[in-house]
Amino acid sequence: MLNESLFFGFAASLGAYLLGIQIKKRTGISWLNPLLTSVVLLIAVLVLFRIPFADYSAGAGYLSYFLTPATVCLAIPLYRQFSLLKKYPLAILGSITAGVLASMGSIFLLCVLFGSDMPFFISMLPKSITTAIGMGIAEELGGIPEISVASIVLTGIFGNIIGVGVCKLFKIKEPMAVGLALGTASHAIGTAKALELGEVESAMSSLSITVAGLITVLLSSLFVSGYPL
Amino acid sequence: MQYLTQLFRILLISFLGEMLARVIPFPMPASVYGIVLMLICLKTGIIKLHQVEKTADFLLEIMPVLFVPAGVGLLTVTDALFSNLLPFLVITLATTVFVMAVTGTVAQLLLSRSRKGDSDAQ
Repeated sequence: MLNESLFFGFAASLGAYLLGIQIKKRTGISWLNPLLTSVVLLIAVLVLFRIPFADYSAGAGYLSYFLTPATVCLAIPLYRQFSLLKKYPLAILGSITAGVLASMGSIFLLCVLFGSDMPFFISMLPKSITTAIGMGIAEELGGIPEISVASIVLTGIFGNIIGVGVCKLFKIKEPMAVGLALGTASHAIGTAKALELGEVESAMSSLSITVAGLITVLLSSLFVSGYPL
Repeated sequence: MQYLTQLFRILLISFLGEMLARVIPFPMPASVYGIVLMLICLKTGIIKLHQVEKTADFLLEIMPVLFVPAGVGLLTVTDALFSNLLPFLVITLATTVFVMAVTGTVAQLLLSRSRKGDSDAQ
């Protein structure tokens, strides 16, 4: 019955996401990301009621149409924070580039150690950047976008939870440095933590989301072409 | 009409980004060309912030919902996920700590250096 529905998947996605927002609000847990909650809920429903994924995606697929226009809009927060970037260009671009290289370098090394195949390596490569750009990289270079999304969301949640502890452990005290670290390592979900810490932290963190994404796009094909497996 | 006009500008940039991605032989998503184009338009004043701001903020707000289908799509790649489960978890968790430590440490180093430069100059 569901297989001809254009609206089931679309409505279910919105409903589950709104429920996720409510759950986050009621519990007050900052890392309880509505994207995670809604995906877990929907997977449970599909598996439990034996609904084929195709029946869900027939309607839900239309949501993806808005992905490119929404991603283009990441230029707006970047434009708003451009004065910050101009004030400390070296510190901001230098540290984010270092973070991106650390990310892709360590993923490269671990994938070689695990003997992972090329599609898996490509899927993991954009794990620290925003889903909007990360999913595009996985598609463009031949990875598995679904795996990228899962790793990106998990990275964000983990970064949100451990961020403050990691900064303490490595004696990262400067509010600007804390924000850059949170945004570069764990994109928008990590930025939700920066929002709790202060204005400087959150401005730096949200600036890092797009900048880290752009630098990753520029460098990722280099890492892919050098991957030995 | 305001939202419609703003949406038109954003869709136009998305379309141009799509065309650039087809013409330029570099593996970069159309949306990223779009980000760069939009930033250039805002910087040069071809598009004023208030001419896209409201619709852009709406699209940014709903962005996470757009990833729900891909998240649920994990169901279709369980083979690839389960055969790589250990590397998936180790890489996801370990590199997050590493990236945070490197970014923060380098930022602090560069910041203290540029501030020292400022005070030397005075």
